[in-house]
This record gives sequence, C-alpha cells and structure tokens, in this order.
Amino acid sequence: MAKVLMKGNEALAEGAIRAGCKLFFGYPITPQSEIPEYLSRRLPEVGGCYLQAESEVAASNMLYGAAGVGERVFTSSSSPGISLMAEGLSYIAGAQLPVVVLNMVRGGPGLGGILPAQSDYLQATKGLGHGDFRLLVLAPSTVQEAADLIVDAFDLADKYRNPVMILGDGMLGQMMEPVEFKDRPKSKDLPPKTWAATGLVPGKKKSIINSLYLDPLELEANSWELKAKYDAMARDELRWEQFNCEGEYDVLIVAYGSMARICKTTIELLKKRGVSVGLFRPITVFPYPYKQLSDAAQKAKMVFCVEMSTGQMLDDVKIALEGSRPIHFYGRTGGIVPSPEEVLRQVERIRNGEEVDKVWER
Amino acid sequence: MGKVVFKRPKSLADVPTHYCPGCPHGIVHRIIAQCIDDLGIQQRTVGIAPVGCSVLAYNYFNCDFFEASHGRAPAVATGAKRARPDLIIFAYQGDGDLASIGTAEIVHACNRGEKITVIFINNTVYGMTGGQMAPTTMPGQVTTTTPYGRDVNSIGWPIRVCELLSSLKTEAFIARVSMHSAREIVNAEKVIKKAFELQIANRCFTFVEVLSSCSTNWGMTPVEAQKWIEKEMVPYYPLGVFKSPNGDESKN
Amino acid sequence: MTTELIVAGFGGQGVLLFGKFLALSGLKEGKEVVWIPSYGPEMRGGTCNCTVVVSEDPIGSPIIDSPNTVVVMNKPSLAKFGPRVSPDGLLLINSSLIDTTSDRTDIRIETVPANDIALELGNGKAANMVALGAYVALTKVVKFDTILDVVKENFAKKKEFLDLNIRAVKKGYELAS
Repeated sequence: MAKVLMKGNEALAEGAIRAGCKLFFGYPITPQSEIPEYLSRRLPEVGGCYLQAESEVAASNMLYGAAGVGERVFTSSSSPGISLMAEGLSYIAGAQLPVVVLNMVRGGPGLGGILPAQSDYLQATKGLGHGDFRLLVLAPSTVQEAADLIVDAFDLADKYRNPVMILGDGMLGQMMEPVEFKDRPKSKDLPPKTWAATGLVPGKKKSIINSLYLDPLELEANSWELKAKYDAMARDELRWEQFNCEGEYDVLIVAYGSMARICKTTIELLKKRGVSVGLFRPITVFPYPYKQLSDAAQKAKMVFCVEMSTGQMLDDVKIALEGSRPIHFYGRTGGIVPSPEEVLRQVERIRNGEEVDKVWER
Repeated sequence: MGKVVFKRPKSLADVPTHYCPGCPHGIVHRIIAQCIDDLGIQQRTVGIAPVGCSVLAYNYFNCDFFEASHGRAPAVATGAKRARPDLIIFAYQGDGDLASIGTAEIVHACNRGEKITVIFINNTVYGMTGGQMAPTTMPGQVTTTTPYGRDVNSIGWPIRVCELLSSLKTEAFIARVSMHSAREIVNAEKVIKKAFELQIANRCFTFVEVLSSCSTNWGMTPVEAQKWIEKEMVPYYPLGVFKSPNGDESKN
Repeated sequence: MTTELIVAGFGGQGVLLFGKFLALSGLKEGKEVVWIPSYGPEMRGGTCNCTVVVSEDPIGSPIIDSPNTVVVMNKPSLAKFGPRVSPDGLLLINSSLIDTTSDRTDIRIETVPANDIALELGNGKAANMVALGAYVALTKVVKFDTILDVVKENFAKKKEFLDLNIRAVKKGYELAS
C-alpha cells in the first residue's frame, strides 16, 4: 500500500481498525479528538461500533464489558481523561482482560493545558490505578511507529490478558507524516478466549469476569499471577532503539517518544561540530530496558536524561544505572517542547562541567 | 408420585447465599432465574453484579457473570451488549450503586436505549457497609449517617428513579414492583419477565425497580419490614408500569 | 538536502493548508516529510503557523528554532518569525498585508503581493495558493507540476474553487520565477 500523509491521531485510529478492533468507547478531549472523530466515521464502515460515552469513567467500564465478552476494544484519551479511566483499568487489570488504551499526554496537573507533555510517565508506568498492577506501555516516536505499535498492542494485550497503553503526546497526535499500513499476517499463537463471558453453553465452564477476592490468600495469588505476567513481559517484550551508539561517545542521551526524535536532530547538529553523542530510546517504558540502558551507558562518561516533564523517566534511568554514571537532567513542561538547539546548548554545558540552564526561572 | 409444583430453577445455583435472614435479594434472584429458564435464554445470558450486598450475585446464578465497579453496571452492560448484541445482558444493582454513584451511567444507558435489562433493588439504605443513608432513604428515616432522620431541607428528597428515567424521550420499559406481599411478588415476576421479553425482541431499554427491605439495618423483623415497605415506601414510590413501548402503562 | 519551513499568518489565511500541500508534494516525490501545527508559546498572540520539513533523509525534530525558509502572511508573523530565519535562508513576505520588511542583511528577502493577486483572480482567499506558488518557484523544494497535482487532487471535490486555486498557484509561481 502507498504511503499516505496522516496525523498521528488518525494513523493510530486507522491502525486500531487494521488490528481488527471494531469497538471504541471514549469521550472527547483535546488533543486527541481526531481519534473519536475518525472512528465515528470509519467504524460503521467496517461493521463496528463507535460509542461516545457519558464520561471517561463510563468509557473505561464499557471497555471492561466489551473485553469481558472476548472482543477487541480500544479507547483513547488525554491526561485528565486517563485519570478518570483509572477505575476501569484497575478492574480490567485485576480481571485480566485485554484492552488497548491510548494517552495523548497534555500538560498537567489538574486541567493543565492542551499542549504536548510527558508528565504522565509515572502514572502510565508505575501507578495508573489502585492495586498491584501494571500496564504494558509502548511509546512511539513517529507516526509510522505509532501505526505499527498499535497493531502490536492488540496482540500483546491478548497474549498477556492485560491492558496495553500507547503513551504519546500532543505532538505525536497533531503531527502529520507519511505512513504505510503494512498487510500483516494475522497473529497466530494467541490463546483462544475461553475465559470470556459469552454464555454458559454445554461443555463450557461458567465464566466470571471479576476482580473481587475476599479471601486474602486468593487475592494474593491473583496479584502474584499478575506479577508473573509482568516478569514475562520484562523477559520477552523489551523494545528499545539506539542511535549513533556504534562508535565512541562522551554523553548518552536518554529520551523517549517525541522528545527522542528531537534529540536525534541535536545529535546530528553535534556531529557537525565533531561531537559524538549517543541516544538510548526506550520503546517499551513498562517493562523498562534497564540492562540495555546500563550497557549503553558504560561507553559514556555521563548520561543525560531529557524529558517534557520535571523528571519522571529519570527515576528509571537512575534504577538502570545504579549510580555507575553521573546523570544530568533537562526538562521542559507545561506544553513547552524543547528545540534541538536548546538541547544542544545543555549538552555543551554538561560537557563543560556546568549545570543545565534553568530557563524556566524567570 | 405427586406432581412437582415448585423447584429451584436451573439458572439458580444450588449454593447457600450470604444474605441475611428475611432479605428479599434471594426472592428476586429466584424470580430472575425462573425468567431465564422460562424464556430459554440461559446459554446466552450474562449477568452483571454491582457493588453492595449483591456483589457476590455471580455465585448465585448458573450463567456467565461480571462483577462491576460501583455504579458502573450499566456501562459494563453497554460494552458487553454493543460487543455481542446476541447476548442477553442484565444488570442487578442496589440503590446506592444505581441512584448515587452510578446516576450518570443509568441515565445515559437508558437515554441511549441500550437493549439491556436493569433490576434495581431499592431498600432505602446502603446494606453492605452497615446501613448508611441512600439516595432513596425516606424523609425522616434514621440510618447510621442520618441519626436525626433524613432532613430533606439539608439533603433533599429521595430520588424516584422510575419517574426520573421516564422523563427521557427514548423508548423504554420502566416499571416499579414491590416485595411486600405474595401478590406483589407474583406481579414482580410477570413484570421482570416482560422486561426480558422486550430485550429478547431487541425492543428497548428495560428497567424494573423492586421495592425491597433490609430488616437487619432497619432494625425490624422481616414481617415488620414488609409492612414498612407498604406503609412508608409505596405511597412515595408508587407501583406500576411508568413507560412501555407498547403503550400499556399502568399506575397503581 | 533538507528544507525547513515556517509559514505563518492570521487564522483563516490558510497557512496550515499551505504547509499541508507542501508536505503532500514532498511525499509525492518520495521524500521524507513532516508537518506540525503551532505549538508552545508560539500559539500566543493571534497568529497561526505550521512547520514543514522536507528532506532526502529521515527527519528527527519537527520542532525548528531557525528554519531555512519562512513565509509570513501578516505583520505580526513578520515580527515573530523574521528574526528566526537561519543565515542565508529565505524570507518570503506577503506585501499585500505587510508594508514593512526585515532589516536583516544575512538572508534573502522576497515579496509577493499575494492578496492583491488573489483578488485580481477573483477571490482574496486564494492568497495562500499564490504564496505557495511563489515559494515553490523560489525554493524549488518540489517540482511545480507536483504542487499543481496536489492542488488539483485536493480541490477535486470542491469544483468551484479548483480553477481559482490552480490559477493562483500558477500566478504565484510565474511571478517569482
């Protein structure tokens, strides 16, 4: 299929359809409203159902219902809306259901703003809702990667019976790039959904979609069962990209999503000045490629974490490095997207033994 | 051999329930199970349990089930029904679940005309958490959080859910029945069956409110509690069919 | 070879469409492209803009501090983006609505009376297409035939505007060639 120019939001919506998802429940919020708009037009064309819920809380519970009867289902939102979906997602994780959720992150806390940010990293990777659960979180950096990852997201959700999140930001959603929807063979090896609540027919065990375990030993067993899945993800599903890491480098930049692609331009600009800097970009941010980052960092004198937040992924960088390298951090937030030149100036400063600029102190 | 005139419906599980003695939940469960049997829909029925006393309802029915979060059963039902329109979906909710935390979900499921059946148990208190005030608690009624009685000047009047939902334009079947006498219980079964029939026909949203009791939290014997429903609740919550797609509304 | 563009103007002047048509043309020619609308503090102050990058190589940042080409359709945009053109870059000014210019000597400054021409052609709204034609003539970032095809394809369903926009992009191109 030929490449088409699409907004990230539209490419993700189309990707969900290509993944065989025929159900969307959501609620409008900037900067992702192109997704419900696109799907409200496209889903009826493929015999699917688009439904605008009364709230994100309701949408997340509609997801629970649709996933529980064994169908592929998708929702998208942005930061304040994801907070409201925390309820449904906790139940979904507890009941071990597959769903795909997209967060086109905007600045927070509270109502925040409508511009790109990476300030929901900790929420996405460490604590989206109550209880001992995690989402598998994929962070695309280009529109093409977003379109590819969302197809994978549905397979991963089915494979692990766990919610999978695409963690984007307003920039990825609003940006247009060429995208090609590759015809991919239907995933084999996915287990049949024998657990789904589709009716008590002869020969089938009664299905109860549930996260309630009043017996503490049973609840503990469920939590350890979830943990075993997360360990399996950490073993089998890690994804990352290294850029300009073949040769020598003084500084290793660590960044994800939109911020990582901006840093690639920084690295190209630095190359022209004869300075070699590497980039480590985690694509799965839960599970996090700790060892791979640590290995890449051993060639560098220092590690430079750059985010559109006040320092959230920074925690994982610290865990990965275990104090083995000095870590510098530069963050802009509130909807400010650092330019390649701005990052370059910070790289120069830390190479000279200086602190990063605190441009936000005005 | 005598003829069997009364037995456990096969859609009702052969297990003891955790409900208090005298609690009508068991009666309503039995009615639903009987309807499922009579209509021959057991193999395609999926129930949705709420948060509240009937949180464990999934153990008491022989059909597939969900346990929903507090108040969201209509949203879960919507997701399941939209994904699998061939299934028969019923939600079972209490007054705190449906008329307080889940107000948005029930109003919008009704307004969208979701082809589901909602059974709403109104016993005027939060039973499971120990008898606190519910949105349907009667004026002056003493509960653990209204020790001086419900003061309507401070917290408003009890919500009449059937009347509220009936004000929506979308076609629906909306009825209120009661557990206060054998006659009313027999009628309740007819009305609940009607609701399921309309869902099977893919006709409209179907909703049956059941006036019920909580003798434990009301501090009454079950017989006293039945009388209290009739004397205190029925005048405020009139029984009847409030809205019907067939135009056969009947108010008592 | 990488061409970076910021095109800016009032909301309603069609600068986003200008950028989109350029990106579509780049894509048609098999190049890497990215288009991104106004972001960050630039959204303040009543101007609307987008950034487009067209390149032979994979594109990293869509966020450009100092683009090598800038098109300004109104006066506030000149004040905001004129200083940001990279040295030796191009600044194209819509002289119909901007009666001043930039005092920079390290860049190439060109003008096009986009609104006047569009009005002569029958509709002032086609000013963006006049400017686009001129921009393509000045930068040669894509072939003229390619941009013409994109205009035709995108206005195929709006027949009443098709002819106007074709004439507008042609006129702009001819004037600047």
